[in-house]
Amino acid sequence: MATVSFLDATRVYPGADHPAVDKLNLEIGDGEFMVLVGPSGCGKSTSLRMLAGLEEVNAGKITIGDRDVTDLPPKDRDIAMVFQNYALYPHMTVADNMGFALKMAGVPKAERDQRVLEAAHLLGLETFLARKPKALSGGQRQRVAMGRAIVRQPQVFLMDEPLSNLDAKLRVSTRTQIAALQTRLGVTTVYVTHDQVEAMTMGDRVAVMKDGLLQQVDNPLTLYDKPANLFVAGFIGSPAMNLITGEIVEGGVKVGDYVVPVARDILSKVTDEKTLVLGIRPENFKIATDGIAVDIDVVEELGADGYLYGTLAGLDEDEKLNATQIVARVSARTPPQRGTTVKLTTDPAIMHVFSEKTQERLSD
Amino acid sequence: MVYKGRVPRFLSSRPDSRLIPLPWEVPLTEWPIEHLVALPRGISRHVVRFIKVGSSVYAAKEVIESLAIHEYRMLTDLHRTDTPAVEPLAVVTGRVDPNGVPLDPVLITRHLEFSLPYRSLFAQGVRPDTVGRLLDAMVVLLARLHLVGFLWGDVSLSNILFRRDAGEFAAYLVDAETAEMHETLTNGQREHDLTIATTNLYGEFSDLEAGQMLDASLDPQKLVESILTRYRELWAELTGAEEFSGQEVFRIENRVRRLNALGFDVAELAIDTSSDGSKIRIQPKVVDAGHHTRRLLRLTGLDVEEHQARRLLNDLDTFRARTNQGHVDEPVVAHQWLTECFQPVVTAVPPELRGKRESAQIYHEVLDYRWYASQREQREVPLLDATHGYIHDVLQRLPDEAMTDTKDIDERQLANPYDPSQGFVDDEGPMPADPWETAADDEPASAPGFLDIDALRARRR
Repeated sequence: MATVSFLDATRVYPGADHPAVDKLNLEIGDGEFMVLVGPSGCGKSTSLRMLAGLEEVNAGKITIGDRDVTDLPPKDRDIAMVFQNYALYPHMTVADNMGFALKMAGVPKAERDQRVLEAAHLLGLETFLARKPKALSGGQRQRVAMGRAIVRQPQVFLMDEPLSNLDAKLRVSTRTQIAALQTRLGVTTVYVTHDQVEAMTMGDRVAVMKDGLLQQVDNPLTLYDKPANLFVAGFIGSPAMNLITGEIVEGGVKVGDYVVPVARDILSKVTDEKTLVLGIRPENFKIATDGIAVDIDVVEELGADGYLYGTLAGLDEDEKLNATQIVARVSARTPPQRGTTVKLTTDPAIMHVFSEKTQERLSD
Repeated sequence: MVYKGRVPRFLSSRPDSRLIPLPWEVPLTEWPIEHLVALPRGISRHVVRFIKVGSSVYAAKEVIESLAIHEYRMLTDLHRTDTPAVEPLAVVTGRVDPNGVPLDPVLITRHLEFSLPYRSLFAQGVRPDTVGRLLDAMVVLLARLHLVGFLWGDVSLSNILFRRDAGEFAAYLVDAETAEMHETLTNGQREHDLTIATTNLYGEFSDLEAGQMLDASLDPQKLVESILTRYRELWAELTGAEEFSGQEVFRIENRVRRLNALGFDVAELAIDTSSDGSKIRIQPKVVDAGHHTRRLLRLTGLDVEEHQARRLLNDLDTFRARTNQGHVDEPVVAHQWLTECFQPVVTAVPPELRGKRESAQIYHEVLDYRWYASQREQREVPLLDATHGYIHDVLQRLPDEAMTDTKDIDERQLANPYDPSQGFVDDEGPMPADPWETAADDEPASAPGFLDIDALRARRR
């Protein structure tokens, strides 16, 4: 059983005024693919390294299975890190490239060969084993690198941005392969990325971090549909969720000249605030006869849809420069024209409402 | 000159107009050979080529923009802290091919002159003490990087260039892609680098072994263990605390001298005494590498490697003693030494032989040659005579090191002389088909940075 637990795990760098990882509490299930995601400096890589034993844990503890590994050196934790900085050795066969770390660890040849064969089978590399790596494609090389980790048969895989070196197209195809591989292997995997699209498409669950704090951990769709705070709402989803601040009035929130209806039970949750933040995803906007007025700057095709980009109507040139951009999905066949103004509404049941003061979610 | 497609953008602190007319609209792997130089190089994940820029040779690496700019900044940081690394020159962005398809940016660094190809350094016939010196050079580089708060993330032979440094070697960092700069490094971060180092170096030594390029007496396992031991010893010397009795105050000076001898200055040494004065504890807090280099530079304007500097300074001291000028100001004597000893030796080397060794290295080797000659002939051989003897007996027969040619390394044929990391030509036949790749090609391309939430919902149902 290879569950992983962070219990109030904290890392403070010497001389720093706040923790790099602040009382992280995270439970990862046996065989789960958990993705840690967040902007640069959020603590995701540090958390991974704490799990690997490459970073000190200043407070709290970390367990793998039923073992407290907090003070164990990396080699005693039964984990395998997949580095982004793999290099394939040109004079060694693909088989030797995959197995050399086992050789360094003193694993007998017969067992080494067996493990390499099994890993090659999982990675579709059997026909390449006796080859030298010089003609391998980028994706194939990535698979050999993964093979190096797989042959170690660890309890947990740790991957720190393993795809960040690859070009966009290769990233997408390799990411799919890694996810499929993990499902087949069934080994608990903790994966770090700064790319929320990658996180959402790969993880069983995704843990969003910011400034050393865990913001929310959930399966991707729940994160998307029920972000717990403003940061998660704006971070997850691309194009990003529209976050529009408006004045609280009778029956709703005023945006420009329009009052966006907001349920009374939500409004009653904020007694001492004058404004609220409404969160509306681009695909949840509809063009209507009355609604939030938006001046359209650009209309673009993205995927099978059209997207309009604009700003709230009625702003002067200077205000427009600093204004929040509004993005709405529209019909690609009959999109509205740039330079025009449209009125946008949304279904109040799926609109997100956040407290500007606490940043927390208020809607259900 | 006709420019096809868009003109790319050059990010650089020192613009070099000679870069502009190069074929930026062509992927680096397809550059015409008139722009390329075949030089030995280690293994790289990315496409790397040595390119001709006017009369200079630069290294060009094709890599995605965020990595190129990050590495450019890291190398610049290292340069600012005087830490040995290749010099970053420019990042070329905004490249497109003639059809408007974007190409990855190119990071350009200056090729390190007189750098030695590691893949031949460990080959058959290498002396065991040479191997020890190479490992020491690597360990010193790693320690210096760690001292300035630099976390490498990819310690490997392929990412190091070696240069001669008197009887030792100096190691330079080549690849900073995975690097991070911190105020100081934690023990965990240094261990991280060491873990990566042991794996990579074991792989590289094993690879040399597989390619019959490793002397039979060398064992990858033992080499790697040796590196770890040396690093820990050096680190302890540079940063470790030492305790001794209050009677042994001289040990403070001993520590400083040991560090100086290793080539480090102590900028800050913490000294704590117990309340009764019976125990003293010292710990270097800030150490700077380049103790001898700085001194020589200050006295003579010569900018050389650390061990070379120490040798030259020793010679300067000997000159001072021999000419009875112990009472004369050091800078005055230094100038005399420069004009009467150093420069005549260097100018005696004919221009066509100057590509074989750097000047300071030549001087060091002439001093060695003179010592041996004097022993043999049982007399003091004059410096210029020794110089001529050295040029005739030794320098002429040495291969060029300013720009080392791949042809000198091995008789086997490289698969691609402009990319030695691809190894040698092997008659292996065509590559087998790969079902994973055909499946990937069949997948519809999605726009990067766009989360297709509808597809995600459909999958998860």
